Amino acid sequence: MVSSLPLFPERASTIGADVDHLYFFLLAVSAVFAALIFASVFYLAIRYRRRPANLRAEQVPGSLTLELTWSLVPLGLMMVMFFWGADLYFRLARPPDGAAEIYVVAKQWMWKLQHPEGPREINELHVPIGRPIRLIMASEDVIHSFYVPAFRTKQDVVPGRYTSVWFQATKAGRYRLFCSQYCGASHAQMTGWVHVMQPADYENWLSGGATGESMPAAGERLFQRLGCGTCHRPDGTGRGPSLEGVLGKPVLLQGGAKVLADEAYVRESVFNPDARIVAGYQAVMPTFQGQITEEGLLQIIAYLKSLQRGAQP
Amino acid sequence: MPDSELALAHHFVDLDQQHDAATLGMWVFLVTEIMFFGGLFAGYALYRSIYPAAFGHGSRLCDVTLGAINTVVLISSSLTMALAVRAAQLGLRARLIAFLAATLLLGSLFLGIKFLEYSHKFHEHLVPGAGFGYSGPNSRQVQLFLCFYFGMTGLHALHMVIGVGVLLVLMVLAWRGHITPLRSNSVEVAGLYWHFVDIVWIFLFPLLYLVDLHK
Amino acid sequence: MSTTLLEPGQEAGRNYLNADYSIRSWLLTTDHKRIAILYLVSITFLFVVGGASAGLMRLNLMTPQGALTSAETYNKLFTMHGLIMIFFFLIPSIPAVLGNFLVPMMIGARDVAFPRLNLLSWYLFIAGSLLAMVSALTGGVDTGWTFYTPYSTTYSNSYVVMMAVGVFIAGFSSILTGMNFIVTIHTMRAPGLTWFRLPLFLWSLYATSAIFILGTPVLAISILLLGLERIFGVGIFDPKLGGDPLLFQHLFWFYSHPAVYVMILPGMGVISEVIPCFARKRIFGYNFVAFSSVAIALIGFLVWGHHMFVSGQSVYAGMVFSFLSFLVAVPSAIKVFNWTATLYKGAITYHTPMLYAFGFLGLFTIGGLTGLFLATLAVDVHVHDTYFVIAHFHYIMVGGAMMAYLGAIHFWWPKISGRLYPDAWARLSAVVIFLGFNLTFFPQFILGYLGMPRRYHAYPPEFQVLHVMSTAGSSILGVGYLIPLVYLLWSLRYGRAAGPNPWGAKGLEWQTPSPPPTENFERTPVVTEEAYAYTGEEASVDA
Repeated sequence: MVSSLPLFPERASTIGADVDHLYFFLLAVSAVFAALIFASVFYLAIRYRRRPANLRAEQVPGSLTLELTWSLVPLGLMMVMFFWGADLYFRLARPPDGAAEIYVVAKQWMWKLQHPEGPREINELHVPIGRPIRLIMASEDVIHSFYVPAFRTKQDVVPGRYTSVWFQATKAGRYRLFCSQYCGASHAQMTGWVHVMQPADYENWLSGGATGESMPAAGERLFQRLGCGTCHRPDGTGRGPSLEGVLGKPVLLQGGAKVLADEAYVRESVFNPDARIVAGYQAVMPTFQGQITEEGLLQIIAYLKSLQRGAQP
Repeated sequence: MPDSELALAHHFVDLDQQHDAATLGMWVFLVTEIMFFGGLFAGYALYRSIYPAAFGHGSRLCDVTLGAINTVVLISSSLTMALAVRAAQLGLRARLIAFLAATLLLGSLFLGIKFLEYSHKFHEHLVPGAGFGYSGPNSRQVQLFLCFYFGMTGLHALHMVIGVGVLLVLMVLAWRGHITPLRSNSVEVAGLYWHFVDIVWIFLFPLLYLVDLHK
Repeated sequence: MSTTLLEPGQEAGRNYLNADYSIRSWLLTTDHKRIAILYLVSITFLFVVGGASAGLMRLNLMTPQGALTSAETYNKLFTMHGLIMIFFFLIPSIPAVLGNFLVPMMIGARDVAFPRLNLLSWYLFIAGSLLAMVSALTGGVDTGWTFYTPYSTTYSNSYVVMMAVGVFIAGFSSILTGMNFIVTIHTMRAPGLTWFRLPLFLWSLYATSAIFILGTPVLAISILLLGLERIFGVGIFDPKLGGDPLLFQHLFWFYSHPAVYVMILPGMGVISEVIPCFARKRIFGYNFVAFSSVAIALIGFLVWGHHMFVSGQSVYAGMVFSFLSFLVAVPSAIKVFNWTATLYKGAITYHTPMLYAFGFLGLFTIGGLTGLFLATLAVDVHVHDTYFVIAHFHYIMVGGAMMAYLGAIHFWWPKISGRLYPDAWARLSAVVIFLGFNLTFFPQFILGYLGMPRRYHAYPPEFQVLHVMSTAGSSILGVGYLIPLVYLLWSLRYGRAAGPNPWGAKGLEWQTPSPPPTENFERTPVVTEEAYAYTGEEASVDA
């Protein structure tokens, strides 16, 4: 019975320890203040109960000192909580350089995961220990949320945009994955497992099994089938700008503004091409809304990323 | 019974308290109206910042001439309404009815012109929803603009209709002699409401009709 | 004061209850006290419906497979539970029942500023709640009370529009109540009753009314846009049509966060009345408590984004909202400390309202402290959308607001009904409620940090023990709520006559007979003393 009464979750990520430490700090402060209030109320309620020895209450004047003290001390403690939490949040939002990318497409009611090297998974995610992993996530329909309690990470997956979350696993094992944003009838069934493996085991897993097409290869196929290369010539002489090495670089727009060409910008350019046009080009790109799936677009993005690395898929 | 006693509701201590309560009540209600329209303005601001070109296209689909006429009509109606309030406070029954009628006519004129604009849009297939057919670029976002156009002007028009209804009621009351200097709170409070609806239009007109006008 | 047992049928003088017995006189009343009773009956019924939904949910959660209800039914149950408890019970509760009854009495007035609008507000409430009930009975809504898009606009097959219209209409009920209170408190105070002599209950109702006025219209617009999108498919919130799902969240939470302060501020006001009375002491730090109510209302409008830390809003926005969320905790802490300090050197009795106040102090403290966990960005990432959040808000809304509501009912029941209830049963049920509540919700903090998500009808087996504990607690809590229903109704016929001021409390409402006459005061009173001008020696009725 005791073993089936868990009281604290497993921890399997680098950031998990930091989150737990902050949590323990909050617990400690809360316990102290709760005890303080409970004890005070309990004590005062008994000590000053009405009885023959205590029939008359004594009116006590206010105290500015007391008011300021019990306003500013909690405020100070809360500022510690705020800064600590904000700092950690900032780190949660910024994946380290060189993080490996895995693509996630959420739909009612399953998780589709795609490794750039090719393997695809449904409701399961295999990752190695010790490498930062960045998930780039899209939704085909409603808002979902990718939650791995053991990693202490969570991020909503919002239709119409990309969101991302990163983690670095520290302990081999199998950890629950939940969808934590209500998404309809089978929301509670949209769960899965994250399998954390030793690096060698992970490499074996990656290359073994059904070798699917790698994402850049699939993306290149799609790129050609949809005719993107007709306008987006590598030398930039086409009707659209060259896409060689474009991801992650700033781009100059019509009107003088600059934008970082990240995954979100690529997505916007494909679905809403007139929104932010590169300087020196005309608004002639048609929208591909309805012609490319979320997975397809992620494959194209993986292909574009492979171009800048100079590696051929 | 003297008018001052008839005029005083049983739960108020005196007429001053009653008057203060009536006007403060309307001001508080107008604050809720500001927040109500405010949500639509917030949505408008967001999408205009995301799709500036499309909102320009959409705005040029709106008839500036009719909109400008309506603006003048509404401002004039605020003048006649203010004069009606003054007439009520001075006990000038005939003048009160006349100014209420003028306000009502101008308000109805506004609504008529609005109806004209809406029917133009209907015939040009510019009403968002199933029958929408805009052939220019960014048609999705232009539809979004028109959504705000119809939503905001529609909500405004609904408030105008209610205002017109209130004016009718006041005219009937005035005709029957129920509005006296000591019992003029209703007109004053209706005036506040009418001016507010006018001011909302003053914001709507440039935001919806005058975007990218020069392009 | 006399406490004679009333003979059945014996009149207690002419009062607002016996002035006219016809149904018409009740349904067309403009007497604020009768309107309060109309609200009391309505929200009690709705509480039972909302509570039954919760009971079914908890029963279903006894087993990991969630075998009792289907997923679809469960999803509709938690939606109904949230919608009914929030919009049709908690938000009206103290303001529409106790506020309507007491605001004019506490300021020495004959009624609120707009009695007919007051009646209209009740009818709007009834209309809204009827629509909500019809939508539940004809098939229900499965979007969650938060109606997130695009699920609610494009994907859900349930009766979203009907329910949304019900909530929309009920919102106007709140707006009218807020208008009435603000104008009444501003313009109709008795001579000598300056702002800083007002009972703190009125300060908190004033702050609540400000939130009604400023926040509810934004909810109305959000619901209107939701309905338009669902009916006409225009694309305000659906990204496939160029819209932004996050816009809905911002608009929705702009109201719904201040709404939680609507739910707690009046309860805080009640505690400010009860503790001084049963400790026989002036409240400690009156000005600080008064200004804290205002501060909570104001800052409460600036923190809505703390519901969206993982939703995709920018990191910087998250930081601003987190910072402000910590700030809003400070005035609440100030209040808790001041209430506790009021006990010092008091002459404290343990009448039922005071027991509820003690319960409030403990449970609101826990609820508030756990709010800090949620305001802390990095921790919220882990516990957002888990049972931790559920536990947090139930500690505040049930452990806090509901206990304050029950405390208020027990405190003012003698004034409202002219009868006393049996204090022994009342104290027992307060204790049962306190124990049942903690057993229900404390395990949920643990479940939340373990990772148990919200809105799951089935769950991994390792969570079962905690769920069973929670369900057991909920049965006890349910029993606890039934007991007052029984003895309060019993007291209407068999309870001892209360007399004008059985508790020996300060406040203008206690200077009238119990129940009060329709016009409250024969002559407008004149106020010459501070609020809570207890000397310490006031006698009170024996339990």
